[in-house]
Amino acid sequence: MIWNEAKECMSRDEMQELQGKRLVKLVDRVYHNVEFYRKKMQNLGLEPGDINGIEDLHKLPFTTKNDLRDNYPFGLFAVPQSQIVRVHASSGTTGKATVVGYTRKDIEIWSECVARAFSQAGLTRDDIIQVAYGYGLFTGGLGAHYGAEYLGATVVPMSTGNTKKLTTMMKDFGATAIACTPSYLLHIAETLEADGDLDQIKLKAAICGAEPWTEQMRLQIEEKLHIKAYDIYGLSEIMGPGVACDCQYHKGLHVYEDHFLPEIVDPDTLQPMAEGETGELVFTTLTKEGIPLIRYRTRDLTSISYDKCDCGRTLARISRFKGRSDDMLIIRGVNVFPSQVEAALLEMGETTPYYLMIVDRVDNLDTLEVQIEVDERFFSDQIGELQNLTKRVAHTIQQAIGLSVKVKLVEPKTIERSMGKAVHVIDKRKLV
Amino acid sequence: MFINQVSVFIENRTGRLDVVLETLKEANINIISLSLADSSEYGLLRMIVSEPERAKEVLKAKDFSARLTPVLGVKLSHKVGQLQILLSEICKAGINIEYMYALATGNDDASIVIKTTDLEEAAEVLEKSGVELIHSGEL
Repeated sequence: MIWNEAKECMSRDEMQELQGKRLVKLVDRVYHNVEFYRKKMQNLGLEPGDINGIEDLHKLPFTTKNDLRDNYPFGLFAVPQSQIVRVHASSGTTGKATVVGYTRKDIEIWSECVARAFSQAGLTRDDIIQVAYGYGLFTGGLGAHYGAEYLGATVVPMSTGNTKKLTTMMKDFGATAIACTPSYLLHIAETLEADGDLDQIKLKAAICGAEPWTEQMRLQIEEKLHIKAYDIYGLSEIMGPGVACDCQYHKGLHVYEDHFLPEIVDPDTLQPMAEGETGELVFTTLTKEGIPLIRYRTRDLTSISYDKCDCGRTLARISRFKGRSDDMLIIRGVNVFPSQVEAALLEMGETTPYYLMIVDRVDNLDTLEVQIEVDERFFSDQIGELQNLTKRVAHTIQQAIGLSVKVKLVEPKTIERSMGKAVHVIDKRKLV
Repeated sequence: MFINQVSVFIENRTGRLDVVLETLKEANINIISLSLADSSEYGLLRMIVSEPERAKEVLKAKDFSARLTPVLGVKLSHKVGQLQILLSEICKAGINIEYMYALATGNDDASIVIKTTDLEEAAEVLEKSGVELIHSGEL
C-alpha cells in the first residue's frame, strides 16, 4: 500500500523540482527568521537569491548538534513561540539536551510520514497497533502514536516498562502490529515464548527503530514471531521516527524526501559523495516550520540509491547504517555520549576522571557497565563505604544520561591511558 | 596505642592477591595477620605487617590502592567469655564495631584486631576496664 502515491512515486525530475522550490522558500525563511542562519550565510557571502534550486544546495552551510546546543533551548526556532505546539528533546553531547519544536503543521507532516511508513508495513485503519516506544520527551512514543492515529488504526499507547501487561493486551486485544525498539521486541518474543503464548497472538507486523540493528536480528524477529519486521529511521533534530522506512522488499529505507532532502558527504572533507558511496547522511528539512535545519549532519554513515524500487516507490533509499562518524552510542533506544558520563563524573568529583563504558546485550536487552578506578583519595577500607560510593556514582550517571547503569570499581591504572584519543567505550553488541 | 593496618583494594580477578603477597615478600615485609573482606566484584585485604608505611609504599608503586588505618590490638586470655566481656564494654559506651579479626602474636594469649567508630574512646573504655592493648612495638 502506498499512502501518498503522488509524492512517493514522483519521477526524479518532478521530485528535484519540488525539492528545489521548497529549498528556495526554506532558505528565504531561515534567512529572515533565524539569526544563526542569517549570520552563517552572511559570513559565506550568501543571500537567499543565490539559492535557486537543489543544484545550489552545496553552497549552504552545515548544521551540527553542537549548533543546537549553543542555541539552547529555542535559539534556532523560526517561528514565534506562540506557534509552537510541542517540544521534544534528546541527549546533547554534554549536559544540555537538544531541544526541538513543532508547529501544528509540523506535527501533521510528521504524522503523515509515520503513516506512510506504517502503510509500507502493510498496515491500515483496520489494524490494532501497540506503541511500545517510550512516551515523553523522546520522539519515539508520541511520533509513532500520532502516525498510527493519522493512519486511522486503533492505537494502544503502551509505552515501555511493563512487558507482562503488554503481552497480555497483545493477546486480549488481538493486536496486529507493534512499534518498538528491535531489542525490546526480541525481549517481548522471549516473554511470549516462556509463557507458551506464541500461538495466542495475532501480530503480523512490527515497525522497529530508534537503535541500530542487523539484518540477522530482523530475520530472527520475523522467524520467532511469524511476522514481518520493518526498519524505521528518524532523529528528533529532523523530525523523529518516520524520516525513512523500508518496504516489503527490504532493499534500503525509503526517505520521505519531499520533506527531508538527503545528501551523503565525506565526513572529513564534507564534499558531496556519489550515489552508492558510503559517507555521512545529511538532511535539509524542506518543509519544517518550527526548527528548520539546513544540511544537518546526522553522523550516521550510509549510502544512497535513487533507483526505482520494486514496490513502485521512486523515493531515494538509504542502506542499512554502517556506524557513526562520532562516538554517540544508542543504548536501549537512548542516545548516549561518553562525554556526558565524563562531565557527570567530573562534576561529582569523587572519582578519578578515568572511566570505561562497556555496552553489551544480555537476553536482548542492552546493558551498560561503567568501570571506575578506586583512587587512593576516595578509597575506604570499609566495604559499606565502597558500596555507597558505587551507588552515588551510579545515581549521578543515571541522572546525566537517563539510563540505569552498573558501576564497577576497578584497581588503579587498569583503565587504559592513551596518548591520543582515549578509549572510553567497549561495545560488545556487534551491531554493524 | 594504635596499630597501623594496611588495607588494599583487590579486584576479583585471578592472581591479584598473589601479586600483593609477592610484592610484600620481595620487600621483605612480614605479614603478621590478615583478613579478607569480599563483595561479588572486589575484596579488601586488611593486614597487620612488620612495616606498614613501607608496605603501603611498595604496594602503591605496583599501582594498588593501599592505605593505612589505625586499629586496636587487644590481648585476651584463653578463657570462655573473654571476647563477650570486652565487646559488652564497647557496646555500653555506644561504640560500633566496624570489623574485627584474629591477631596472631605468637604468644599464649589470644589476640584480636578491632576497628570501631570512635577508636580513641574505644581505647579509653578498654583500658579503664583493665583490658590490655597491644602496641605496634610489641608485634
